[in-house]
Amino acid sequence: MALLEVSKLEAFYGQTQVLRGLSFKLEEGSVTTILGANGAGKTTTLRAICGMVRTSGDVLFGGRAVGGKATETIVRHGIAHVPEGRGTFVRLSAEQNLRLGAYARRDAAGVEEDLERVYGYFPRLKERKGQQAGTLSGGEQQMLAVGRALMMRPRLMLLDEPSFGLAPLLTEELFHILGTISRERQVSMLVVEQNASLALGIADHAYLLETGRIVMSGSAEQIGKDESVRKAYLGY
Amino acid sequence: MDLFLQQTFAGLAFGGIYALVALAVVMIYQATDHLNFAQGEMAMFSTYIAYTLLHHGIPYWWVFLLAMAISFVGGVLVERIVVRPVEGTGVLNEVIVFIGLLVIFNSMAGWIWDYTIKPFPSPFPKHVPFGITFIGPHDFGVIGVTLVVLAAVFLFFRFTPVGLAMRAAAQNPASARLVGIRVGWMLALGWGLAAAIGAVAGMMVAPIVFLEPNMMGGILLYGFAGALLGGISNPVGAVIGGFIVGVLENLVGTYVPFIGSELKLSVALVLIVAVLVFRPSGLFGYVVVKRV
Repeated sequence: MALLEVSKLEAFYGQTQVLRGLSFKLEEGSVTTILGANGAGKTTTLRAICGMVRTSGDVLFGGRAVGGKATETIVRHGIAHVPEGRGTFVRLSAEQNLRLGAYARRDAAGVEEDLERVYGYFPRLKERKGQQAGTLSGGEQQMLAVGRALMMRPRLMLLDEPSFGLAPLLTEELFHILGTISRERQVSMLVVEQNASLALGIADHAYLLETGRIVMSGSAEQIGKDESVRKAYLGY
Repeated sequence: MDLFLQQTFAGLAFGGIYALVALAVVMIYQATDHLNFAQGEMAMFSTYIAYTLLHHGIPYWWVFLLAMAISFVGGVLVERIVVRPVEGTGVLNEVIVFIGLLVIFNSMAGWIWDYTIKPFPSPFPKHVPFGITFIGPHDFGVIGVTLVVLAAVFLFFRFTPVGLAMRAAAQNPASARLVGIRVGWMLALGWGLAAAIGAVAGMMVAPIVFLEPNMMGGILLYGFAGALLGGISNPVGAVIGGFIVGVLENLVGTYVPFIGSELKLSVALVLIVAVLVFRPSGLFGYVVVKRV
């Protein structure tokens, strides 16, 4: 059974319809990427799964219907969303930001273990743990957002433009770490990314989104070889 | 010199009360960006509840805790039932609801307990310990109680998961939801805490100004002045601001002849206007350092 099953998902901002009947599946343990131009509805898809926009249609997570529920209820089932703009709690310390990720958990020992694991992935965060999070650099805040999501010990991570505003080297490092996390921790991921070649690099499966509809789907390898995709999103 | 010391410490006692009111106001302001104009009347109402409990023969400190607990529940209910429906519908709607609450609590207190001025007991011993003479026993006790309450509040926000979650919810509600924090309930909790803190302020000031439905009017104004002076975005600043306003008010009333006790309230107004004109973020207003 698929971990996430979305069918006929529609999403609205006020009167404007952004998603026009999306249906797709995501297998447990896999990394899936959604490609598409600006305004295609990639970010909205992630927000819709988390109940952050008004939606209709069905969202099944682990066999449980979560569509239409409150965000704070949905995420407690094991979905961690790394939002666009990183969502830093700017006036709290880096470590407090991380600990907030574990807010809904009751296994204190597991939380400490995960905190060490996050510091293992991102040693920079350990160096900066007492620092006010708003003063961290863009890259550090992106690590913090990923770290906070990991602290939820999620089954599924939704990553919205993780490379946004990062230097190329840092981006590569981050994706390398994301790949490690998905393999070691068996965390499924749904990645939305401007940098299509990076996203296809770690993904097993890919969907192509155009104006709120899925127009192509297949394995990451297949999609990466498709000529129209290459021209439009990979630039060669 | 004696007069100066006496007036300073009496000012600190009042300042403690203003600090509590300022803290209550800031707590709601931080989460919602609105000043709760009914904060004072809610505190007054809590004090009347304490008054009634005292008349049923319950010992003072039990009444003190009970009144705080009842006010906490009351604050939560007010948020859930009255404030929540207008949340995010516009500043004007919310301000009108706050003013409505102010009028309702004021009239309800008058209706239930009538408008005659009532004495309210001070729980503190008649003599100040350690042979201190420059401060009265009630003032001494007020400063003590204030410091204990403030310490408890700061420990709560600094060291408990719920306190951390409340700060997170106030700073970044969207992000807070994404880690599973029930932001709506955090707001309600903030209202409850603010009401409980207000109740302490009411019970501490009532023995001095006597209990009547309008007793918190001036106090709330000083509380606002303190919050603004210290920085409405910073609870610690608001508390310090409250203390400063208390001392300033007392010293100005004593040493500036034409102000005296009649014009003391205008000190608060002058202060509010001056802060808004010259330093809107207050003395300790939070400047968020941000890098992109």
